Amino acid sequence: MSTFVLMNVSLFAILIATALAITRLRALYEATMLTALFSLVSASLFVLLDAVDVAFTEAAVGVGISTVLFLGVLALTRSREAVTPRHRLWPAGFVVLLAGGTLIYAVQDLPSFGAADTPVQAHPVTETYLEESQHDIGIPNTVTSVLASYRGYDTLGELVVIFTAGVAVLMLLAHAPRPREHLVHRELILADYRIVRVISKILMPFILVFAFYVLFHGDYGPGGGFQAGVIFASGFVLYALVFGLDGARQVLPQSVLLWLIPLGVLLYVGVGVANMLLGGAFLDYNSLNPGDPEVGQHAGILLVETAIGITVAAVMAAVFFSFAGRRLSR
Amino acid sequence: MTAQLPALQVIIPLLCAPFCVLLRSRTIAWLLFLAAAAGSLACAVVLAEQVSDGEVLSYSMGGWRAPYGIEYVISGFNTPVLLLVSTIAVIVAVYSRRSLAAEVDSKRIPLLYACFCLNLAGLLGIVATGDAFNAFVFLEIASLSSYALIAMGRRRRALLAAFQYLVVGSIGAIFILIGIGLAYGVTGTLNMADLAQRLPEIYGNRALSASVIFVFVGLAIKMAVFPLHSWLPDAYAEAPSAVSTFLAATSTKVAIYIFLRFAFTVFGATLVFGTLTLDRIGLLLACLAMVIGSGAACFQSDLKYLLAWSSVAQIGYIVAGFSLVTASGLEAAYLHVINHAVIKAALFGAAGLLLLRLGSVRLTDLAGFGRTMPWTFAAIVLAGLGLVGIPLTAGFVSKWALAMALIEDGQGLVLAVMLVSSLLALVYVGRVVEIGWFREPSPVIAASAVTATSATSRSSTAERLPRSMTVATWTLVLLSLYFGIDATLPATLAESAATALLGSGG
Repeated sequence: MSTFVLMNVSLFAILIATALAITRLRALYEATMLTALFSLVSASLFVLLDAVDVAFTEAAVGVGISTVLFLGVLALTRSREAVTPRHRLWPAGFVVLLAGGTLIYAVQDLPSFGAADTPVQAHPVTETYLEESQHDIGIPNTVTSVLASYRGYDTLGELVVIFTAGVAVLMLLAHAPRPREHLVHRELILADYRIVRVISKILMPFILVFAFYVLFHGDYGPGGGFQAGVIFASGFVLYALVFGLDGARQVLPQSVLLWLIPLGVLLYVGVGVANMLLGGAFLDYNSLNPGDPEVGQHAGILLVETAIGITVAAVMAAVFFSFAGRRLSR
Repeated sequence: MTAQLPALQVIIPLLCAPFCVLLRSRTIAWLLFLAAAAGSLACAVVLAEQVSDGEVLSYSMGGWRAPYGIEYVISGFNTPVLLLVSTIAVIVAVYSRRSLAAEVDSKRIPLLYACFCLNLAGLLGIVATGDAFNAFVFLEIASLSSYALIAMGRRRRALLAAFQYLVVGSIGAIFILIGIGLAYGVTGTLNMADLAQRLPEIYGNRALSASVIFVFVGLAIKMAVFPLHSWLPDAYAEAPSAVSTFLAATSTKVAIYIFLRFAFTVFGATLVFGTLTLDRIGLLLACLAMVIGSGAACFQSDLKYLLAWSSVAQIGYIVAGFSLVTASGLEAAYLHVINHAVIKAALFGAAGLLLLRLGSVRLTDLAGFGRTMPWTFAAIVLAGLGLVGIPLTAGFVSKWALAMALIEDGQGLVLAVMLVSSLLALVYVGRVVEIGWFREPSPVIAASAVTATSATSRSSTAERLPRSMTVATWTLVLLSLYFGIDATLPATLAESAATALLGSGG
């Protein structure tokens, strides 16, 4: 128990130190690296809390793709923070103190850390998820049961949030002028370094296969569509970084991305509509196979996880390509 | 099939959005948005019919009954908002085709319609849901799509307005999420009805009080209640006309609805208004919003900014209504939500017509526009009278209801502030009328009149305003007049809403 507490305390200390360092830094590249560190430490904390799925997502999104996107944006703007006059910091500081104070006030009456008799533990919902999901849905990873079936409609909402973000970025950035050849800095292409080129070529298939593993293994262990989509996209981001954007665009053209982004959402909503047509409620996977609901649930969860993977991967790749494409065209 | 209506209400626009992206044709995307709006309106009408006798419909997403799964609840308190949002969506869909074609780069239009569909789905989802976290998810969909819609404005300043809204709105969203998280931590449930049942046992819990504060501060940002309104004027004024028309009529109204839903049917009025005295805070902020919003509107030099500041004031009226925590106050608030939505949409629609013809809505450029564009001028005057609250307009009906509710509760001071604000509204509407009718035509007007006459000689229809846009604007104007003369429909809806809110939980 005491090592557990020690680990928690030290990880939280690192987390706070990182957060303070980020606020002090004016150099934005360094700050971005520290936000990646922040996410990594958060992911470690989630592992300690046995929330492995959350940790996995935090590691894939927070450390991986969002850092890359930050760097992509910084390449387009100045990488040093402008100095804010001190007097303009006071209102912001006041709001932060107020919000922080309210949180500290709230913590006093929250159930104690790790207690077994918290309202969340005692509520019948938790018991149902833990006990009956094996019977109702029949997959070992309860987190996937909750996300993809019990609260599958929320997950559809989250996917639509990502879809909206993708559409927004495409709408704002997709119509930059085409990059002209002489503006591309040849010396910046990493493919000229043999080690980088060979290693990334070797890594590529492993990254993509791992993404599929994460996607289809979500029923049994940590993983699922969101993480898989991000990992899949990061494979293409790596390819674009090493072999240049034009190379990546040849492998994964913009037109294909524009086709894949809505496809995932359509598949997810389509499953729900199919359930309705079969006489069930929206996203009631039981209706896919009324004779054996467990089979229906399996099929439904697999379909929606695939749908999530498609849209997430396509949106992440499209967002990265859009930012990177602007750098070439400047 | 009617059993599926609560879900279809939201699923139809949600399904249209990916098709807009997939098919990438301006006309098809527009048709899809129109179909989405018409479909959700049809659902809303049938649902309103079904719950008109006080029945409560519940729909279990995924077939998992609440609180294990996510539940949609249709009752008297949300049908008025569902009807309002989907009706405005249909009118804006008609309006948007020519308006967007004139203001937005044509390559972006299919994606813009996708954002419109997503925004509609998000707003309807917030209204229909009976699950606290699900409300947050759909709030995010609505917010994200509205940032993107605003950024499509014709000036570069639209990007800044959208970015400001994005930063402020995201802080609001995080506050709401923290609040919902705290409420989950002390109850173990996310279902609104289940929360309402479990929360009274733990009144006085500090985490619960903090949860209430976080949720309401977050929602106050989305509602643009006075000190948190700073994102609104730029966002509404810089957005494309069709977007301003839609957002001004719906987004803050939906935020107000979900605020009421949380206050009355989740946390309970005794905690929110009794212990945490949100009623007195609400009245104070409402008074400030009424005076400062109307006052600022008087000093604007751009018609769309003027209208946006007037919205800040009008939200004050609504906040004052529900802060009374009486049946008549809530009724007045709902009435004003409906009436102000219709009036403000009509005004933003008319502003879009001016923008299309004149290329600017700066008040100096508008001098004398009443002589060359008499019909648009008439629309602005009629809707503007509603904003002031002249008898026989919708604005009068809801302001009268609010005044009665204030008198009933003995809030003479608030009533006085409301009258001052109405006088200020007379000043800013009067200023537009004075500029539009009595000033000598500005060079912009004169130039547009010349091109119009020369165009008549060449081809008679080239320079005329698109009929779809004028029809949509006049539908809203006539609707606002109709609600002023015969207020049975909004009054019945508002009454059933107030009964449903006060009846459940409390």
